[in-house]
Amino acid sequence: MKYKSVFDIIGPVMIGPSSSHTAGPVRIGQVARNIFGKEPDEIGVHFYGSFAKTYRGHATDVAVIGGVLGFSTDDARVKNSISIAEKKGIKIKFFEEEAIVDHPNTVRIDLKAGRETMEIVGVSIGGGAIQITELDGFALKLSGENPALLIFHKDAYGAVADVTKILTEHRINIGHMEVSRLEKGCTALMVIETDQVVNNKIQEEISIGKNIKKLILLNT
Amino acid sequence: MFKNIDELVTQAQDSKRKIYEIMIEQEMEETGVSKEEITENMRRQFQIMKDAVKQGIHGVTSRSGMTGMDAKKLYEFQKRQKDTSDSVFKAAVCYAVATNEVNASMGVVCATPTAGSCGVLPGVLVALQEEYKMSDEEITPYLFTAGAIGYVIANNACIAGSTGGCQAEVGSASAMSAAAAVELAGGTPSQAADAMAIALTNMLGLSCDPVAGLVEVPCITRNAAGASNALTAAWMAIAGVKSKIPWDEVIEAMYQIGLSMPSALRETAMGGLAATPTGKRWKTAILGKTQGEHTNSETKP
Repeated sequence: MKYKSVFDIIGPVMIGPSSSHTAGPVRIGQVARNIFGKEPDEIGVHFYGSFAKTYRGHATDVAVIGGVLGFSTDDARVKNSISIAEKKGIKIKFFEEEAIVDHPNTVRIDLKAGRETMEIVGVSIGGGAIQITELDGFALKLSGENPALLIFHKDAYGAVADVTKILTEHRINIGHMEVSRLEKGCTALMVIETDQVVNNKIQEEISIGKNIKKLILLNT
Repeated sequence: MFKNIDELVTQAQDSKRKIYEIMIEQEMEETGVSKEEITENMRRQFQIMKDAVKQGIHGVTSRSGMTGMDAKKLYEFQKRQKDTSDSVFKAAVCYAVATNEVNASMGVVCATPTAGSCGVLPGVLVALQEEYKMSDEEITPYLFTAGAIGYVIANNACIAGSTGGCQAEVGSASAMSAAAAVELAGGTPSQAADAMAIALTNMLGLSCDPVAGLVEVPCITRNAAGASNALTAAWMAIAGVKSKIPWDEVIEAMYQIGLSMPSALRETAMGGLAATPTGKRWKTAILGKTQGEHTNSETKP
């Protein structure tokens, strides 16, 4: 049975008009905001594939900005997100990209707050479900539906074991995990999706590890 | 557990219960959530539906500027008329349009079963609620009746326009609403299933050919058609008219038609109304807008 609950049929509650072109992009913006951890003062949105051709008609632009502002997929404020952001003084730019991408519904979001920047790529895979596929140049696969740890670390032996050992001690089970790097011996990104919520105490314990450069905790 | 309409009706008949009771029981088993909580969650979905109807009849315009304000027109026309016959029918059409216009304007809706077909069920149920002067608590069970039908169609066929055309979206919504209307009016589970089958039969073959790929034309008027078709089927079934093709076979027929439909008619905006000269002009006018424009300005091709 593909559909298990009656609320899959009488629901979900969402802002219109489309689950893949509106609800999905809101979710991508939301995850971007959660990873960035603060309100940006500049947002650059790059649309690829079918998004580049249809984003205006489907309000995909409004949806992404709504997500970045922290609005959920059923928040009526999404509709006015661009003017809300502009009133806050946030600079927004949209770009239509021509580059060929794997998935037709692809968006890259560049966030900037002061000197801090972040670049994230997400795809809307249908029915409102999404996947984050790139973070600051590192490849990853993140649904945003489970709690996750995103750890930038030195590409060195033992770096992964140090983290998983701490998770073991706190009885945190790993549902999905991957490591990617741009260059051998430099920085790598470890993404760990967990079944249980990772609390701040565990977060601190991992952060002080000798190979850890930056840790982002993503609780849904 | 019920896997098809036949099992659903048999279970209801054998235990002398309504279809909605079987659905609530299954939801409890599936999720482990209490009956009270499930019912309360459904009442909240109904509130979302009513809010959208209310918003729509006051008048909204889609972001593209292609559609909107028709529900307001219908609502005011209906109020001006002294003739009160067919009031349920007129209200259902008006509220279905209202809900779908709200969807196109980026308002909050409850997808039933999809966003594109979200107007049919609220259209029918809110109209019946007014006619029979029922409270929200009294109407809520019939959303489970609709849900049970949608659950079977979604799991045995499809509910997405990209998979099965509009017959899978508005067709399913119409079938769900027809069954709900029958149970609400005191009909038997088997009459509800006949209404479901008649409603779906009448929608077979409907293509999904949205202009500019947007959920507006023909979606909004199709939702009105889905609502009136649901009431037609419900009335026939209560009067004793039966579906000549067995319930589950009609669902299978819808699925097979969907699978054999050319992709140009399955939400790609490549065929049908989308491919007409005017449809193409709308597309250029809407999607070719200059960057940075985010208003609801009237865009005419």
